[in-house]
Amino acid sequence: MAEKAILSGNEAIARGAFEAGVQLAAAYPGTPSTEILENVAQYDEIYSEWSPNEKVALEVGVGSAIAGARTLVAMKHVGVNVAADALFTLSYTGIKGGLVLVTADDPAMHSSQNEQDNRNYGKFAKIPVIEPADSQEAKEFIALALELSENFDTPVLFRTTTRISHSKSLVSLAGRQLHGQPQLEKDMPKYTMLPAFGRLKHPVVEERLQKLRAYAETSPCNRVELNDRQIGVVCSGIVYQYVKEALPSASVLKIGLSYPLPTQMIRDFAAQVEKLYVIEELDPFMEEQIRLLGVEVAHGKDLFPICGEFSPQLIREKVLGTATAVNTAADGLPARPPAFCPGCSHRGIFTILKKLKVFVSGDIGCYTLGALPPIQSLHACVCMGASIGMAHGMAHVLPDSDDLSQKTVAVIGDSTFFHSGMTGLLNAVYNRSTSVIMILDNRTTGMTGGQENPGTGKTIKGDDTIAADIPAMARAFGVKEIVSLDPYNLQEVEEVLRAELAKPELSVIVVEAPCVLRYRVSKPPMQVDPEKCTGCKRCLQVSCNALGLVEEGEKSYVQIDQNMCVGCTVCAQVCKFEAIS
Amino acid sequence: MKTVNILLSGVGGQGVLLASQILTRVAMAADLDVKQSEVHGMSQRGGSVTSHVRFGDKVYAPTIDPGEADFVLGFERLEALRNAHYVAPGGVILYNTMRINPSTVASGVATYPEGIEERIAAFADRVYAVDGLGLAEKAGNVRAANTVMVGAISRFLPIDENLWAAKIREILPAKLVDLNLKAFEFGQQAVAV
Ligand SMILES: Cc1ncc(C[n+]2csc(CCOP(=O)(O)OP(=O)(O)O)c2C)c(N)n1
Repeated sequence: MAEKAILSGNEAIARGAFEAGVQLAAAYPGTPSTEILENVAQYDEIYSEWSPNEKVALEVGVGSAIAGARTLVAMKHVGVNVAADALFTLSYTGIKGGLVLVTADDPAMHSSQNEQDNRNYGKFAKIPVIEPADSQEAKEFIALALELSENFDTPVLFRTTTRISHSKSLVSLAGRQLHGQPQLEKDMPKYTMLPAFGRLKHPVVEERLQKLRAYAETSPCNRVELNDRQIGVVCSGIVYQYVKEALPSASVLKIGLSYPLPTQMIRDFAAQVEKLYVIEELDPFMEEQIRLLGVEVAHGKDLFPICGEFSPQLIREKVLGTATAVNTAADGLPARPPAFCPGCSHRGIFTILKKLKVFVSGDIGCYTLGALPPIQSLHACVCMGASIGMAHGMAHVLPDSDDLSQKTVAVIGDSTFFHSGMTGLLNAVYNRSTSVIMILDNRTTGMTGGQENPGTGKTIKGDDTIAADIPAMARAFGVKEIVSLDPYNLQEVEEVLRAELAKPELSVIVVEAPCVLRYRVSKPPMQVDPEKCTGCKRCLQVSCNALGLVEEGEKSYVQIDQNMCVGCTVCAQVCKFEAIS
Repeated sequence: MKTVNILLSGVGGQGVLLASQILTRVAMAADLDVKQSEVHGMSQRGGSVTSHVRFGDKVYAPTIDPGEADFVLGFERLEALRNAHYVAPGGVILYNTMRINPSTVASGVATYPEGIEERIAAFADRVYAVDGLGLAEKAGNVRAANTVMVGAISRFLPIDENLWAAKIREILPAKLVDLNLKAFEFGQQAVAV
């Protein structure tokens, strides 16, 4: 009997890459995709890397595939936006070694800034989209996707959602199979997309799509489960599991290749059932295509929401009309949002940014938590790297003023700076920005769990490498003076920020302070003298989970959890009564 | 076997995911189909964490809907209350009575609610409050409170007694095994079934 393991979808994808002979895997971290490369990196047979962003990761993958190696590239849904430029023309060149691009979408936005449905990229870039429904399929479909890629000379989009990537189920394991030795072959009309060659390629892409349509009819990814004929459901991915749970007797057309769709299979299925439902999370991606075929769809997005995740209960309710009587959740409970860790170097910075009342042009990382109460001092966050460009744009249109609320400070982390902040900084220098830019270098990609990046001096495998020098980079761009400061010294943070905000020119502040979680930085914990503490709650405003108010009758005072506190002293510095030491 | 649904809820850093791992591995060793689902990403930063564990002859959805958990296993009392409505009619709620302030309470934006235990009790007939923190401390380390809770729920599950210790030995680092076996046992003893 085959060996079995319980794997998350992400672990299974990594296992699939190993078994299918993938030789190179590249990614940039992003929930819910991160564990794919973390797990690939466990296999020494595969060269793996964290690239600085998704576009570079895909380009590395393109090179590997042109050289003839089986290749895996992984990213979260919004990462594909970053990589899209490479993707759309890769669709024209095609590959030699199979190339699979995993996109991990996040319906319900458990940890994302939007809820885009990346199946649309398949249609847009004219490449096949594969959707697994559990971990076993996640593993098997990787091998299948690589074959498809090679047989049709196309990159393949492999789409998961959070519930596929982060759910565990049983997987049977197999060994690794190799697929040939990479070797370069010069083929300019194939790989050099000059207009003249591109024009030749576009019809090839259209033809490929027709061939893929024919293939879809017999693809092992799609399957009909005929049952009771009253209700027939077309579904894919995690929704298949919800449908089986909610409507065990319904007939199901389970789609694993969601672009291009198997049109004849759908017509036949529709003819065999009384009412056809198309049930899919996010966009009516399959539904619109099916309606275009002229197939009658009884219900789709007229019943089911476009926003958020589904569940068996939702499907039961919408299809059968049986509302489940459920206890209502306890109300009035205080929320438990994530917060800066005790000792986080971002805390002091945001305590002062709040005090100065400046407009903080934010970016994506742990520092985005500065938008949550009680700090609430991050006033814009759009996409990775945007903070610098946005601050620059604001500074150019705002009238000169000494009013700090009309001034902007861009805040960006090290990993985000390497990802896409560097070009923003180059632009700010080139176009004579007057903004203040803070680069918070905590030597890790913190928000996604502490991955290595070009500044940490380590590769994904933990091997030593050259660490990028952010101040030297800024200098090379033309920044004359780079200011540094100690984020644990609030007075210094305030003085430096006030001075830089007063200058009529670009200001770059680089804050170097290692992530306390990642590097386990710890000093003796702080303590509160209950005699001196007046219970004014001022220290609580720094938003540290190690602090808590104790109320004893009339008197209240703050207590510090000695297991959580790492002695950063920020709370002590805001105390007016010297009660914390 | 009918599918067993267990909803685990706690605070990032409490070991909710390790507890889920013990449960899934034990079910797997019992030759059952198993699925587990969690949402992580922010879990290290003190946010709420939930994990869904389901096992039986054939399991489809990896998640549990409100009103369908045979067991709600709470690792902190406020988080137990927050998820108490997941319990199915006739289901069981087991929870660790310990309190961890959410950041909203720590910063004075909100207050930690009073009367949590009574409110939880209103959700099910069978509710077990366990001093997870105290028992973990007695076992040798406060961080083993998660294993105490696994011990507590083990009393209710149709799974071979011996599998638990075997899986704890397999999953945990050698130096933590004895401590966790003790914590597990204290958890078992804490609930009278
Ligand atoms: C295009 C894109 N890729 C990936 C992510 C996922 N992501 C969110 S924050 C983050 C890293 C932040 O690291 P850094 O800027 O160093 O800040 P830290 O969290 O360490 O403070 C990543 C990779 C994303 N939101 N968007």
